[in-house]
Amino acid sequence: MNGALHGVRVIDLTRVWAGPHATRMLADMGAEVIHVTSRKLVGPLTVTRETARILGVYPDDEPGERHWNRNSQTNDLTRNKYDITLELDTPEGLSLLRRLIAISDVVVENYSPRVMPKFGLDYPRLQALNPRIILCSMPGYGSQGPHRSFISYGTNVDPAAGLASLMGYPGEAPHMSGNAYPDPVAGLFAVGAVLTALYHQRRTGQGQHIDLSQAEATTALLGEVSLGTRLNGVVPPRMGNRHPRQAPHGCYPCRGDDTWVAIAVRSDDEWHAFTRVLGPAAWCAEARFATLSGRLQHHDELDRHIADWAVKQDAYHVMHTLQNAGVPAGVVVNAEELVNDPHLRARHFFWDIDHPEAGMLRYAGQPVRLSSTPTRLYRSAPCLGQHNDQVLGELLGLSADELATLREKGVIGDHPLPR
Amino acid sequence: MTAALQGIRVLDLSRYVAGAYCAKLLAAFGAEVIKVEPPGTGDPARAVGPFLHNRPDPETSALFLYLNTGKQGLTLNLKHPQGRDILKALVRHTDVLVENFAPRVMPALGLDYATLRAINPRLIMVSISSFGQNGPYRDYKTNAMISYALGGYMYLNGHPQRPPLCGGGRQPAYQGGLHGYSGAAAALMAREQGGQGQHVDISIQECMASIHQFTINRYVYVGRIQKRLGNRYQRAHPITIYPCKDGLISLAVSTQEQYERLLALTSLTALLDDARFATPFACSEHAASFDERLAPWLQAHGKHDIVHRCQESRIPAAFVNDVVEVMDDPQYQFRGFWHDLDHPVAGRQTYAGFPFHMTATPPVLQRACLLGEHTHDILTARLGSTHDQLADWRAQGVI
Repeated sequence: MNGALHGVRVIDLTRVWAGPHATRMLADMGAEVIHVTSRKLVGPLTVTRETARILGVYPDDEPGERHWNRNSQTNDLTRNKYDITLELDTPEGLSLLRRLIAISDVVVENYSPRVMPKFGLDYPRLQALNPRIILCSMPGYGSQGPHRSFISYGTNVDPAAGLASLMGYPGEAPHMSGNAYPDPVAGLFAVGAVLTALYHQRRTGQGQHIDLSQAEATTALLGEVSLGTRLNGVVPPRMGNRHPRQAPHGCYPCRGDDTWVAIAVRSDDEWHAFTRVLGPAAWCAEARFATLSGRLQHHDELDRHIADWAVKQDAYHVMHTLQNAGVPAGVVVNAEELVNDPHLRARHFFWDIDHPEAGMLRYAGQPVRLSSTPTRLYRSAPCLGQHNDQVLGELLGLSADELATLREKGVIGDHPLPR
Repeated sequence: MTAALQGIRVLDLSRYVAGAYCAKLLAAFGAEVIKVEPPGTGDPARAVGPFLHNRPDPETSALFLYLNTGKQGLTLNLKHPQGRDILKALVRHTDVLVENFAPRVMPALGLDYATLRAINPRLIMVSISSFGQNGPYRDYKTNAMISYALGGYMYLNGHPQRPPLCGGGRQPAYQGGLHGYSGAAAALMAREQGGQGQHVDISIQECMASIHQFTINRYVYVGRIQKRLGNRYQRAHPITIYPCKDGLISLAVSTQEQYERLLALTSLTALLDDARFATPFACSEHAASFDERLAPWLQAHGKHDIVHRCQESRIPAAFVNDVVEVMDDPQYQFRGFWHDLDHPVAGRQTYAGFPFHMTATPPVLQRACLLGEHTHDILTARLGSTHDQLADWRAQGVI
């Protein structure tokens, strides 16, 4: 069965997370995604076992002979893609890339805005090669403007975009996300924009340039908060785990080490259901907790009572018992619990993917589920340069001799190069 | 300039955030989006606020105004058989239907995908829910915090000795909306080839579980459980928020080169001779001691000075903005991210736009619909309903 993007060819020049996350979704949807990398950008030539232990990205902390093929982030993000290497600072490498772009639908890149023009790959020149081409650029702050050349990562776009200002313990500083959240946000907006541009291209033959700002992508997902400040003049304070209109609303310790359950009582009905679960506890019947305003006012006492109750319980037991009574509750799952989550497993969310140098390992699957053109695993993550011969030979018609010459000159290869 | 989704007709049955954001994006690209709301109260987002001057009004809720830009307003009571018949008649000429009810609701209304598809085989239906359309937690209830918790995000946020922290805003629901948009657009692409519609099933829990950088991979690859670290990031340091002379700044020093440039800028290069501070990775294990050494320089400099001096030295520094400061940020202003929109009740206000410039099919932002604003026009134009019919339906509470 063909995927939704069968017949779409994407040249993927992206690195790190935001860009690769975007092109991975396109690949999961069945697009032919060709990841093109310079071997000078793969990273260090060798990784010591001590560094491997700190990084925690190689199977069993063992970097192996070719660590670049065993890196978890690489293998997670390149599934379903083809991988080729090209050195763009050689005339041959640049020319081959231009020939690939000429026969593709989409180019995605997340370099700083200086890089593509430097290689003569700005949009007007790409369009001269291929009028149908869609170029998606996704730098941290956009390709134009006073901060266009700022170096950025998802980790510090988070505070710049206003997101960190909304997370934190009450009265304390803005708090960063533990997960470089702006990276996937930018990636997901890029997918949306690219799919829209593809739909337009299929109907009109016209390509276009998409210039996406990672910072704006994050701020767009706070739009109701910024508009709210305009409407009532109030900048929302950091509330920890509390909620302005729901109580109790918090995160409570359960039995075991660093084990927590989140509980949100959204209405008086849910409060009554909650008290029925807690059963004979006398404090539940106190009049001051009977109304939302009372519960909000006495939230500290409420938290102490709930914590005293929860800390003796198993977190999953609390979640299931409350949910069965109609009260929103969820275990604060850690990595192990997430990977073993019975619901995610029942829906076959995780994909077990074999890799020639990393082995059979489990990865997050694709949350966009399409009933008749399902997203799925087409091929495991490639090794560095694994498809050099296939892509350059079959798509561009290079002969075995030409490929050998390119390999000799170092234009293509399967090992990293010093920077 | 043309609209990418010109001619695409959308029914948006969603409540609150997830489906509404998906349909907002469809509207931005030129689809004709009808927001279907229950008569009387409308989308419950209208009751949430914050409101203009703090006075509750279904037409001045920031949550509704932001999430429903560019849509037309139709009221329709789906609990009334006549309301469902009208919806089915509209489905006949609809390309995409977006809904984010609890998974039991649409089948209970007799509006499951199989039924709607029988009416219109080209229909694409996007269902966004907390846990997806099947599985043991299907009917469990959530809000933003519960979705953060069960998506594995909350465990990573906060101080190691204190409770995990809920993230800011309504990110899990927005994730559902963003993924839903990609599903809708992919299904439109597939329909160009196969001619048929399909059902898109988005689980917000899966969306959150799919946007982890290290959490899952590290557990699977090396068996380690990622813990929360306080206000900093994993592996390398300094990736954190610091106080400075006149506020806060953030650094995201991720490579050896950036780290050495930071030490040079702050006259701390001697630290490189100390094994604890020789690399950003080693530094990560001695973060508190490092912070003490960097603090005097930070306290001696203002945030603009620090961010610009760092960036001139190719060190990734950034401002720490609250949601108002972002509105004044010169980079956002240069790119025209903020838009002033007039609204008949809420007045002229500033809205966040879309994060991409597109040369051929730019997204367009237009104000949100009033409750039932286009009911008359939609039903007469689409279904040829007569004045008497509309009066009848209005009297019965159908519209």
